Amino acid sequence: MDTFTNQLVAGLSVGSVLLLVALGLSLTFGQLGVINMAHGEFIMAGAYTAYVVQQAISDPGASLLISIPIGFAVGGAMGLILEIALISRLYHRPLDTLLVTFGVSLILQQLARDLFGAPAKQVVAPEWLSGQTSLAGVDVPKARLFIFVLSITAVLAVSAVLKLTPLGRRIRATVQNRDLAETIGIPTRRIDRYTFFIGSGIAGVAGVGLTLLGSTGPTLGTSYIVDAFLVVVAGGIGQVKGTVIAAFGLGLLQATFEYSTTASIAKMLLLLVIVLFLQVRPQGLFTVRTRSLA
Amino acid sequence: MKRLVPLLAYLLLAGALLLLAPAILTDFRLSLLSRFCTFAIVAVGIGLAWGRGGMLTLGQGLFFGLGAYVMAMHMKLDDAGPGGVPDFMKLYGDGKTPGWWEPFRSPIVTLLGIILVPAIVATVLGLAVFKRRVKGAYFAILSQALTAAFAILLIGQQGTTGGFNGLNGFKSFFGYAVNDPVNRRLIYFLTAIILLVILAGMAQLYRSRFGELLVAVRDGEERVRFLGYDPANIKLVAYVVSAVLAGIGGALFVPIAGIISPSDVGVVPSIAFVIGVAMGGRTTLLGPAVGAIAVAWAQTSLSENFPSFWSYFQGGLFVIVILFLPGGIAQLPTMATRLRRRPKPPADPSPIPQPRAAEPRAAEPRAAEPATTSAPATGAVA
Repeated sequence: MDTFTNQLVAGLSVGSVLLLVALGLSLTFGQLGVINMAHGEFIMAGAYTAYVVQQAISDPGASLLISIPIGFAVGGAMGLILEIALISRLYHRPLDTLLVTFGVSLILQQLARDLFGAPAKQVVAPEWLSGQTSLAGVDVPKARLFIFVLSITAVLAVSAVLKLTPLGRRIRATVQNRDLAETIGIPTRRIDRYTFFIGSGIAGVAGVGLTLLGSTGPTLGTSYIVDAFLVVVAGGIGQVKGTVIAAFGLGLLQATFEYSTTASIAKMLLLLVIVLFLQVRPQGLFTVRTRSLA
Repeated sequence: MKRLVPLLAYLLLAGALLLLAPAILTDFRLSLLSRFCTFAIVAVGIGLAWGRGGMLTLGQGLFFGLGAYVMAMHMKLDDAGPGGVPDFMKLYGDGKTPGWWEPFRSPIVTLLGIILVPAIVATVLGLAVFKRRVKGAYFAILSQALTAAFAILLIGQQGTTGGFNGLNGFKSFFGYAVNDPVNRRLIYFLTAIILLVILAGMAQLYRSRFGELLVAVRDGEERVRFLGYDPANIKLVAYVVSAVLAGIGGALFVPIAGIISPSDVGVVPSIAFVIGVAMGGRTTLLGPAVGAIAVAWAQTSLSENFPSFWSYFQGGLFVIVILFLPGGIAQLPTMATRLRRRPKPPADPSPIPQPRAAEPRAAEPRAAEPATTSAPATGAVA
């Protein structure tokens, strides 16, 4: 029973990190069918934002809370620039977008290296997030708990925007059927831009959150990006609930595999599970039904 | 004429690799060039899968690594002598050679393994992916994830794979000392000749019925399906061939570089393979090979002088080439002619330049032999 709760908590913790990094990606991928390899670097930008803010405001608690909206703005702004400058030119070439954004991610990584130096930076966690707390008999680091809350909040916020606001309605319409959405007067290109802003902004927030788990270096984003893509692939595109279930499912699986084998074999097994899962559902858990053949 | 231009380009490349380069380059540069030739072999495979087949594979590092590690295991065992244990295993492992290493003591098993191991992995993955019609971005991500997992696996198993340091410190390559300058030249010629043979074979493949079908699958998978072919099989063959080529490239890389480590096979080198292909012209025959050599050459000379600049340059190359020159440098002559002939060319809606569309169709209404009626798409641009 004890190991079970331990695994459950570890899995939820891994899952919440996955969810946080994959949520923005699933938005942009679902909306545009575009793979943004620079998403990881937006996460990195969020993390560096937290570092810079902390240099300005010495109180760790206040700086963390201030960093979250600023990280959102920084990530969002970078995403917006990327969308306007490059991605909007490549709408009919989704695979090429992948390579172009990979080029951007190389440039951003080097930029971070030149601006902040290659050694990793440390963001000091506030007093009330250091140490452990007991949860159902299991010791959980408070930072992990904070990330869990942060990712759930992000999911709720995104769902609320998608379900309740006019913008969200337009976003969903565009995802479901772009041509039809256009015929009723939705400016789909502008909607794309908003979606990209929100998705990239969430990456920035994720970056701020991740500073609590480790140090911030130029390669922070690359270490998460592949896992984030796997979550999106397994979850299916266009729906938040697929991403949520996939993130926690993969998180729990990874924790279980890591418990019974080693971390590296766990990664391999996880991938195997995903490939097998795609045999059953090639489009992921949930998918928006269309009649298109492609 | 249409056949002549690629033939001339091919002979030019062969002359440059076999006659010119050995004559003017120092031993050090020649050894670098032989390393680039192994990348070029990988690039030819990517050209087949991506340029001709439309499958963007971001995971060639996996197959490159499989070929390379098979070769490296053999060389390690060879150095250790009959029944001996490779040196690093005494340091990190339990001092015994694991069972799955043993078959690679034999040179014949090794040569077979270089071909078969990547082929089998690619077949299994390809069947799982293509039969279920997983494609496009999903395929790209899966192939990339597999590479990432492979690199992590290699790092994790330090006792049997050398871990982060990889396998290095080789002494002999099938009985020849690796550090002898004469042998290094021999390895260069071996690599260059293998590259040229592969290119010749690829030219034949592109011209065959299979090559035509592959292009058809890329441009209209559903239509090919409606015609009664199974696109999954066609894609699978192309993918397996590209995996085997990557394995051969990896196997040749080991004696040349003297090391194979997880950082040579991970996500970043896998995508780096792609940029050379894109730059050279992904749909052409020689473009991927020439592009790969050019990019690798630029990387070496730039990072010798300005280490941090190379990252910007590589990133910029991805952006500029893909955005403005999707056909690679091979597209430039076509673009120039088009600009000269028509002052205002209509925007080309198709992502990949298809010179064939511009050529007059052969006047054969019955078209008995598809292989002879259509010239290779490389004709106009290679």
